[in-house]
Amino acid sequence: MTEPSETTVDSLVPIFFMGKRYDVPASLTIQKALEYAGYQHIRGCGCRGGVCGACGTVFRTPDSYKLQVGLACQTVVQPGMHLMILPFYPGNRSVFDIEEMKGTGGELAALYPEIFKCIGCNACSQGCPMDIDVMHYMAQAIRGDLEGVAETSFDCIMCGLCASRCPAEEVQFNVAILARRLNARHGIIRAEHLHERVKEIVSGKFEEPLRDLMSKSTEELKELYKSREAEPQMAEEDWTPVDARYV
Amino acid sequence: MPYPESLKKLIEKVVATRPARVERKKNGQEFPPLKLEEREPVLRNFHPDFIEGTRRPIKVGPSKGYSISNEIVDLLDAKSRVNPYLVNLLDPDFETDVLIIGAGGAGTAAALLAAQNGAKVTIATKLRHGDANTMMAEGGIQAADKVGKDSPYYHYLDILGGGHFVNDPELVYTMVQNAPDALRWLEGMGASFSKYEDGKMKTMHGGGTCRKRMHYAADITGAEIMKTIRDEARNHEDMINVIEFSPAVEIALDDQGRCAGAVLYNLETAQYYYVKAKAVILATGGSGRLHIQNFMTTNHYGATADGLVIAYRAGVPISFLHTVQYHPTGVVFPEQAEGILITEKFRGAGANVLNIHGEQFVYEREPRDVEAACIIRECSPDGRGNGVPTPTGKFGVWLDSPMIDMLKGEGTVRKEFPGKHILFRRFGIDISSEPMLIHPTLHYQNGGLDINSKCETNVPGLYAAGEVAGGIHGENRLMGNSLLDVIVFGRIAGTQAAEYIREHGDSGTGNLDHVKHYNKEVEAAEIDEDRIAPMILPDYSNPEVRKKQLTKDYFGTLS
Repeated sequence: MTEPSETTVDSLVPIFFMGKRYDVPASLTIQKALEYAGYQHIRGCGCRGGVCGACGTVFRTPDSYKLQVGLACQTVVQPGMHLMILPFYPGNRSVFDIEEMKGTGGELAALYPEIFKCIGCNACSQGCPMDIDVMHYMAQAIRGDLEGVAETSFDCIMCGLCASRCPAEEVQFNVAILARRLNARHGIIRAEHLHERVKEIVSGKFEEPLRDLMSKSTEELKELYKSREAEPQMAEEDWTPVDARYV
Repeated sequence: MPYPESLKKLIEKVVATRPARVERKKNGQEFPPLKLEEREPVLRNFHPDFIEGTRRPIKVGPSKGYSISNEIVDLLDAKSRVNPYLVNLLDPDFETDVLIIGAGGAGTAAALLAAQNGAKVTIATKLRHGDANTMMAEGGIQAADKVGKDSPYYHYLDILGGGHFVNDPELVYTMVQNAPDALRWLEGMGASFSKYEDGKMKTMHGGGTCRKRMHYAADITGAEIMKTIRDEARNHEDMINVIEFSPAVEIALDDQGRCAGAVLYNLETAQYYYVKAKAVILATGGSGRLHIQNFMTTNHYGATADGLVIAYRAGVPISFLHTVQYHPTGVVFPEQAEGILITEKFRGAGANVLNIHGEQFVYEREPRDVEAACIIRECSPDGRGNGVPTPTGKFGVWLDSPMIDMLKGEGTVRKEFPGKHILFRRFGIDISSEPMLIHPTLHYQNGGLDINSKCETNVPGLYAAGEVAGGIHGENRLMGNSLLDVIVFGRIAGTQAAEYIREHGDSGTGNLDHVKHYNKEVEAAEIDEDRIAPMILPDYSNPEVRKKQLTKDYFGTLS
């Protein structure tokens, strides 16, 4: 099987995977370049679309002393690059019961007291393939600003590259998800309409209308489908339908 | 890579028609949607499901004779990977109450509910916990929870209309009635949904919805849900044990035909394990990586239909697999991102779909099969031939994201679609000022294993939930109903499996007699090729290299 996008027409460039040279087409991502070289990925390959965090990669190019990062599935090869995929990085995680918590910064600090060891070196932010300002959210965590952590870290894919670079041995991605969960659960107002609707369902409000629909013929259903009232695209939140029998 | 000059020239046509299109949108003047009776001919002529020669009848097993995609039949008309006579089931490597196969949205939801109901859970998964299509779902999750505006009644009607009125009514009923509680459950665990100040969930339209009921977490809704429930599972390590990089390759049955666990394959040490279990939940997801009809796919690396294959061998019939979902909008340029999903939420937010002339040719919120067929018709030389040519000789159409900023305010695209904004920025394209070039891409397995509303299969103790199961979505799933499906039915499967164990206790000694029998059936059907299944992982390695991979018997491990 070949993935339909595979190409072999463009020029070959050398890359060094864990020190070993392969010559690969210049337009490929690191992930596809390794497949071109003959690898069938087991670790270090997940969604192939930049959201799952399986293929965090560190690399160096000949023109710079700097250590660079990217996702293997998103980063196009560069001639002469030396690279390694880091599919896993050990990270401590604290167990908690979100129901019993209140969503305070103090709770977060109690579960991850090492956040105060952050020395503000910014290696985490520089090591983030999602361009998240990791150091900033660690500072927000230290201040107890869970909402801030939640916003800053929202795109985190938990690849672990931040932790791999941290001289203070922080596990930033676990701090971040705890903050996001606490903020969403306790910091933000619960959706009252969900609660209300669940109560209506439990009370059996929609039982009869639904059972009635289920007993209808395809032709009857088609008529109902065609004549159902549509909420306009640009309607405001307070729009209500003319036919309010079933809502 | 940024758009080359040739495409930049064509974008000028999109820019030229944009102000008038935005104006029409603001005034509520939409491009006319197809009438119900107009959908049929477009589907018949341009939807990939209807191309002749792409399907054939299955030759063996419980749904023998059912005609479905060749690529899936290849896996069903195939023998086991492991010699069933060699696996020792008398001495299990692991024992558990509930074995869950697959660690995506459905598997993880099932694990949480089974554990909550007192069952010890083992999750076995091919890759890592959370490596699944759930993680990649972008646009949203449906639930009819806006009191006074929407209800499960309309949700039901939309699902039936999208699915061509052939869905299993009990399954649809179960999903729409449990949807608001599923959302409440996720909210309670701390999933960050996009909300108004007063806590009300923000919702929008998807293709084929009559009410705005798509809840979302920016444009990474699935990732947000997956990360949250996975994190919660990690709070219960005493009850939930996860075995990664160990796909299931066969189901085990006891002498009464009840499910008794599964055989796993450790991808790193190449050894087979037997996990003895009192009940098994299959949550292995879909099959996009089979590249049906050679389509590019939005799916996860592990989406290879493994669960479908092993349950089918164990006697579970399949249905609704004769239709496959092609997502209308996958990236077709730049090439490095080809196949990647562009969420339907862009169209829900008002972005038009445009041809080479910068003109609309389809209403942007048709159900997915209709939308995809219309795009293929526009691109195809046998259709209207108005596709935009890419530098690699493919065709696509424009998805006009910049008009979202004009409709909803500067910065909306960056804020509401951060995932895609970053993705394209890496290639030097700013989607808040430039449109995206897209084409339909293989997205979802509409059908699958037959289940009832308790997620039971016809094998006692064997449950299925999520994309591996069929019937809920009929012949075409609507946006936002797969995240809902995995959460609702995952929770049901976990609860039901725990209850089954309380009632039935331990399973008997496991055996693989059904596999031995199936292998013989395959032999008797005189299937020419020597195929084995499940596939486990797609192989994209260079064919030139593969020609030289001559090892017959491996020593040591394979990786």
